[in-house]
Amino acid sequence: MSEQVAFQHIEKTSLIGKRIKKPDAPAKATGKTRYINDMVLPQMLYGKILHAGRAHAEIISIDTSEAEKLAGVHLVVTAQDTPELRLGFVKDNAPLKNKIRCERDEVAAVAAESEAIAAAALKLIRVDYKDLPGVYTIEESQREGAPVIQERFPDNKSLKFEFKAGDLAQAEADSDIILDDTFNVHYVTHCCMGTSCAIADFDHNGKLTIYSQTQYPYNYKMDLAPALGIDPGDIRVIQPPTGGSFGAKLDVYPFEPVAAILAQKTGRPVKILFDREEEFINSPTRQPASMHLRTGCTKDGILTFRAADVEMDNGAYTSWGATVPVIMMRTTSGHYRVPVVDFKGQAYYTNNSYAGSFRGYGNVQMTYATAQHMDMLAEKLDMDPIEFRLKNAQKSGEYTPQKSYLRECALAECLTTAAEASDYVAKLGKYTDDRKAQGRYKRGIGLASSIHNAGGAKIHKSDGCGTILKMDDYARVTVITGASEIGQGIDAVIGQIVSEELGVPVEHVTLVNNDSDLGPWDVGVHASRTTFIAGNGARRAAIKAKKQILAAASKQANVTAEELDLRGGFVVQDKDGAVVTKLDKMLRQMHFQPEPDVVMVSDYYEPNSEPEGRDHISDHSAAYSHAVHIAEVVVDTLTGEVKVEKVTMAQDVGRVINRMGLEAQMEGGMAFGLGFALSEEMLFEEGRLQNPNFRDYKVPTAPEMPEIEMHFIESDCEEGPYGAKGIAELPTIVVAPAIANAVYNATGIRFFNPPMTPEKVARAIWEKKNA
Amino acid sequence: MSVKTELEFTINGRPVNIEVPVDMTVLNLLRDMLDLKGTKYACGEGECGACTIEVDGMTINSCLMMAVDLQGREVMTIEGLSKGNALHPMQKSFVDHGAVQCGFCMPGMIIQANYLVKKNPDLTREEMKRGLEGNVCRCTGYTKVLDAVAAVVGLRG
Repeated sequence: MSEQVAFQHIEKTSLIGKRIKKPDAPAKATGKTRYINDMVLPQMLYGKILHAGRAHAEIISIDTSEAEKLAGVHLVVTAQDTPELRLGFVKDNAPLKNKIRCERDEVAAVAAESEAIAAAALKLIRVDYKDLPGVYTIEESQREGAPVIQERFPDNKSLKFEFKAGDLAQAEADSDIILDDTFNVHYVTHCCMGTSCAIADFDHNGKLTIYSQTQYPYNYKMDLAPALGIDPGDIRVIQPPTGGSFGAKLDVYPFEPVAAILAQKTGRPVKILFDREEEFINSPTRQPASMHLRTGCTKDGILTFRAADVEMDNGAYTSWGATVPVIMMRTTSGHYRVPVVDFKGQAYYTNNSYAGSFRGYGNVQMTYATAQHMDMLAEKLDMDPIEFRLKNAQKSGEYTPQKSYLRECALAECLTTAAEASDYVAKLGKYTDDRKAQGRYKRGIGLASSIHNAGGAKIHKSDGCGTILKMDDYARVTVITGASEIGQGIDAVIGQIVSEELGVPVEHVTLVNNDSDLGPWDVGVHASRTTFIAGNGARRAAIKAKKQILAAASKQANVTAEELDLRGGFVVQDKDGAVVTKLDKMLRQMHFQPEPDVVMVSDYYEPNSEPEGRDHISDHSAAYSHAVHIAEVVVDTLTGEVKVEKVTMAQDVGRVINRMGLEAQMEGGMAFGLGFALSEEMLFEEGRLQNPNFRDYKVPTAPEMPEIEMHFIESDCEEGPYGAKGIAELPTIVVAPAIANAVYNATGIRFFNPPMTPEKVARAIWEKKNA
Repeated sequence: MSVKTELEFTINGRPVNIEVPVDMTVLNLLRDMLDLKGTKYACGEGECGACTIEVDGMTINSCLMMAVDLQGREVMTIEGLSKGNALHPMQKSFVDHGAVQCGFCMPGMIIQANYLVKKNPDLTREEMKRGLEGNVCRCTGYTKVLDAVAAVVGLRG
């Protein structure tokens, strides 16, 4: 064999930027994959939760005796049976409730031998409530003498965030134009296709194994443990395949500790799985917000200031939703060059549902406002809309007032690329003129851009990710990473990166990342961070392994390690690719020598960023990125229907890693923004959800999808793996305001309060006509 | 205790003889009694298509059909589309085109896509969109799904 290969030469090739298939796709496409929803453990019981179904009430009494008598019921628990346990961002929530503060509240839970028995048992639980006056709007929450939702917060005020830079009064005086508008963004929800599920199982030593959909398995232990009164070290988190997440599982929600309480008390594994209606009612939402935005500008088209006063409905409990101002203020201060900034964000407790994190995290909301103000300013100035934006676009090397360092900034290139590709300026003018003409269908084009963290977001003390890499005697690679897979494709990206460094086929890389007992720490899958952070970690680990192998090979080949490379499963001469030896043979030689040299390396990658502090002045991400979407719409002025025909995207991706996965994130991310803009809305009446089903809550389906044209701008990020930046949230963030700007172009009507449903659009057109 | 009845039908080419509760849906029969968990529950009321299967050559939402109605019929689930570990061309096309992310809706989506192409080998992109309207996907934005189906149509054309 060695003689045979001795004459071979292997060219240096690269996988970076190529189309890599997701390794788990065949099992998913054939129905072989067992999702958490499909799992059945031996001796498993089925848990079900009695939710209050009313928004604000005292519990006078609970009678569980009839439920306990039902055959097949093993346990019924209420708050009375559990110690005072706390969960949530400010520990204002509990697994089971003594008092009802919102419709979602967990009153009791049952463990039974089947889902049907558990459901039947819930109907036998008798609860006497005393309903209390409720608080359902921010205004009601602020009112003098308003009912108090959380006793610890008697003024109904939850989290507050502020950032100020520069002299606002002076900036106002320097402004020739000041826009002053309020944008109200609504409730939407993730609608993961796999509904929420947890399976809890305690062993005889009191260690909990929880099968979970969580996106942050390591800090999850820290959040879950106090809700159970156990040590975080006694929790093992297993993450089976999950049916989507999109931010929905970035906190512990009550069903998870409830499953664990039932398991702890019965000594049996307990599974809680929501049906679709439970999923709609009891899952986190996107944070709704009322955003009062003022933007100033000189007559020459230079931005002078932005002042944002954001009020948020916190709902009854505080999860990550109420923290979104952390990102909203980065948009306010960083979406174009804004020297003077005044940002205030305040959340108010109400008896409504509560929000969690959701793809785009605060930026979907804020960009809906700032990107429309940019459009409105360009019109008021009567200035070329691209020229206006380019005048204010930040450039590489600039800082924002919050000290986000834009090391590589490609906003200008994104703007000109998307505008040229879609013939934006010409169409904008033409459709403005066409508005006055007769005709039922009106065309419009709209542009929006934004900035987002693209190198993690250091909201914890560490934003890092651990990687362990080992190679066996057959040159197969196993990578154990802290990074979680929720469908986004880190499995493909890590395989690709390791393959690139070690010169082995992608298929020879196995990823292990679903068990907290195996994996090293990672902060979680969020903030568009996984390719950047876990990708860098995997690359660094692979480079360590490569160095170890080449050092051993250099002794054998009598050359320096720098003169060698790994390609196509061989150790080769770097200069001409001449084969030195087979990689698996090299690994065996290293292994079975008198002093064994086995490839087992580890790495902990901490991105070069600063923790988000109380003053919000820090370079909190290792990279930032910009995107521009241009939406082309047709508005049916009779029915109010908005059809998005085409979206042209230009995004600074740093460097394309897996082109297929990148495109898939662009398309799927955009679809979320499309639903937010046009059709999705949770309708609440006095805190109760009126449309908890796919009939009345309209997620986009195939016919609504526009044609998509993508342009990837490669700014070559110094810190990112091969130059890559994080990418997956920007497409969700920028498309909705692009559509709103396009609808304005078509109709002359601004929609400050999405979604732009046919009813709302038709009414606005009718009112304008009859004004 | 629900009343039970005996059923005979064919599933993925193999005969089945089983006693089922009369109030059981086909979806629950597949998942809970036959261990065919490729067919997914995602809404339970025929709005999302995750539980799509073929019955007598027509696609249906298995959450809306009662198991007793399967008497004498031929059922194909996602598990019946591939032969052993060899992917069906439609499955392979979904994998090759990056149409699978979380994958939860994919069994239903692939069954429906395969049905559309069988029924009309000259399917246009517009017809594909209309034909897949009842299958909700939250990850992909459908574009790669349509690319995958188009590639199969192209191969056949």
